Amino acid sequence: MPIDPSFAGRTYPPTEPYEVGIEKIREFATAIGDANPAYHEREAAKALGHPDVIAPPTFPFVLTFRASRQMIDDPELGIDYSRVVHGEQRFAHARPVRAGDVLTVTVTLETVRSAGGHDMVTSRSDVATVEGEHVASAWSTLVVRGEG
Amino acid sequence: MSAPSAEAVQVGYELPAQTFRIRRGDLVRYAGAAGDFNVIHWNERVARSVGLPDVIAHGMYTMALAARVVTDWAGDPARVVEYGVRFTRPVPVPDDDEGATVDVTGKVAALLEDGRVRVDLVATHAGAKVLGRAQAVVALG
Repeated sequence: MPIDPSFAGRTYPPTEPYEVGIEKIREFATAIGDANPAYHEREAAKALGHPDVIAPPTFPFVLTFRASRQMIDDPELGIDYSRVVHGEQRFAHARPVRAGDVLTVTVTLETVRSAGGHDMVTSRSDVATVEGEHVASAWSTLVVRGEG
Repeated sequence: MSAPSAEAVQVGYELPAQTFRIRRGDLVRYAGAAGDFNVIHWNERVARSVGLPDVIAHGMYTMALAARVVTDWAGDPARVVEYGVRFTRPVPVPDDDEGATVDVTGKVAALLEDGRVRVDLVATHAGAKVLGRAQAVVALG
């Protein structure tokens, strides 16, 4: 069943705080094969002017992917996750995520549109510190493939 | 490493290209680090049952690899202030030692305000583009 476009604008409650650890950043950077010292060594990050090790540009997806479950599992939307393909992803960084950040994510469903029998659901995830500092926004477009 | 200053960069400037090799073990490691355990990224039986040619790489993994062409050039990865892609074609990763390769090139496509430049990336696997409209905005200062 097509997703009702009138759900656009719906915002979900902020997620529970996520504390970003230096080992998580190192683990993620290692997983993408990236030895950039800014991701691994405090002194290297500090030499660039950062208070601690910073995370790669796509790292916020670790948090926003989790947070988007609120929307994906929203029974009123009725998204069939087995038919979902990740269509598009974009990040805008006010600053890099860094070790020691305690972050929450607020997910807003921005648009729902249909094309070629598929539904395209675009959400924006705003990542902020628990102190209220905006860190990054991430836009994800999920393609929910039509049946048949 | 330090990126050229904004004054030294012209439209058409080419960033150093890179080739990335993706093996099954890389997908398992990425799944764990990112918390994305979708079965199509590690189970060939399930991947084929939903019509895929093989296990496919996470789009976000390919996106992260492609970003390295920009972050390695930028010196400080924090200079990458925007980054977006479309996932246009999956990267199948066979169960062998060779895996799959993705070639990534980048070119300065526009000079923006405040010392920012837009870099357009092209990521190809087996000669076909796997990312669409892959663009990063870099603050060169």
